[in-house]
Amino acid sequence: MTSKEKVYPTIDAAVADIPDGATIMFGGFGGAGFPNNLIQGLARQGARNLGVISNNCGTGEGELGLLFKNRQISRVIAAFPGPGAKYFQEQFDAGEIELELVPQGILCERMRAFGAGIPAFFSPVGVGTEIGRGKEERVIRGKRYILEQALGADYAFVRAYRADRMGNLVYRKAARNFNPIMATAAKSTIVEVGQIVATGSLDPETIVTPSIFIDRIVQAEGKRYV
Amino acid sequence: MSKARLTREQIAERAAMELPDGAYVNLGWGIPNLIAAYVPPEVTVHFHSENGILGMGPRAKAGEEDFDLVDAMKVPVTLLPGGSYFSQDDAHVMTRGGHLDICILGGLQVSERGDLANWRVPGAKGAGGIGGAMDISVGAQKLIVTMEHSAKDGSPKIVTTCSYPLTAIDCVDTIITDLAVIDVTPDGLVLREVAPGFTPEEVQELTEPKLRYSAKVPEMRLQRR
Repeated sequence: MTSKEKVYPTIDAAVADIPDGATIMFGGFGGAGFPNNLIQGLARQGARNLGVISNNCGTGEGELGLLFKNRQISRVIAAFPGPGAKYFQEQFDAGEIELELVPQGILCERMRAFGAGIPAFFSPVGVGTEIGRGKEERVIRGKRYILEQALGADYAFVRAYRADRMGNLVYRKAARNFNPIMATAAKSTIVEVGQIVATGSLDPETIVTPSIFIDRIVQAEGKRYV
Repeated sequence: MSKARLTREQIAERAAMELPDGAYVNLGWGIPNLIAAYVPPEVTVHFHSENGILGMGPRAKAGEEDFDLVDAMKVPVTLLPGGSYFSQDDAHVMTRGGHLDICILGGLQVSERGDLANWRVPGAKGAGGIGGAMDISVGAQKLIVTMEHSAKDGSPKIVTTCSYPLTAIDCVDTIITDLAVIDVTPDGLVLREVAPGFTPEEVQELTEPKLRYSAKVPEMRLQRR
């Protein structure tokens, strides 16, 4: 079997075919590990009516804020949209955006389950709160749990420190966050990286995301990554 | 009542005394974020951050910030020797899975039976946000809430039943406020300490549910007084 070329020549080429209405996961937390090049590429590309799965909803025009400013997003699943998510908050208050708030660890676990082929799971988080409302509840070994559904997407946009040409990834410090989980939970995962290196040059013991989860690789620009 | 309640820093200082040597600890937003500065030098505590850091050190010095190494409040921090990085799901394996010894969160309301409300004020503008608080509250081996004893309008924040949206039920072990240290027990709330100059009766007056206390309730101890 020949190896499919995963490295795309430009950011714009890597996001060119994202259709209107797609659901996309975006990695990143606290300013670290956001796929900002891909986000800016998607802003230029102009896809609309997007569904977003992300911890938060941008800071001003930064990170996902740009896509909210451009009114490209209509549905959000997030743990902490954030007080700095100016454009999201305006559109949410105006009733223009559909939001599902999810506890952060459950957001992780729902994506992890999807990537691992688990359709749903029982969780103690949110029992007796509005998060548990309307969800199936069960007592297991004397404790209450609610049923949480696995969460997948059409695309995952992730950021890594280094990739080899097959798509094996390593991350840097706390910029890892949601990126490895999302890479497993989408039909197609696109990674922007600080550096693309020759296949075989990454230590196999340190690879965090194995190549099987990666469909497209593109070189990021900007000074953040060495 | 014109006596001085404790400051936010003093609440943090008292809370730091609850951290035993060797504990793995997560600190939330608000007053909990002030606690790390008060851990005594003879005590080693391993700080966890839900964005994938264990062994988190102090805030990075000006000019030495690495924006790939930030805490849950986006502040550039450092990593101590023996520290590690991991993904957000592993970070929550640690929270929800019961691996953290002590978690300290801020609170809007705590109920008599230890329910916590800390993520949304009803009627507030905006979407609100849960973040990691629900996973942390459910999983912590010991959950301490640090907060002011009274809301801005003077109403009690320790209540019979929370009226604000809940973070988790039956999760709080200890409440440390600017007036008292209170333990949540199967028999109800037990007043363990009062702020210097305050009587148990004065604390009870500002607390909705009934407090249990002995004839002599000691004053809150602070390290640097």
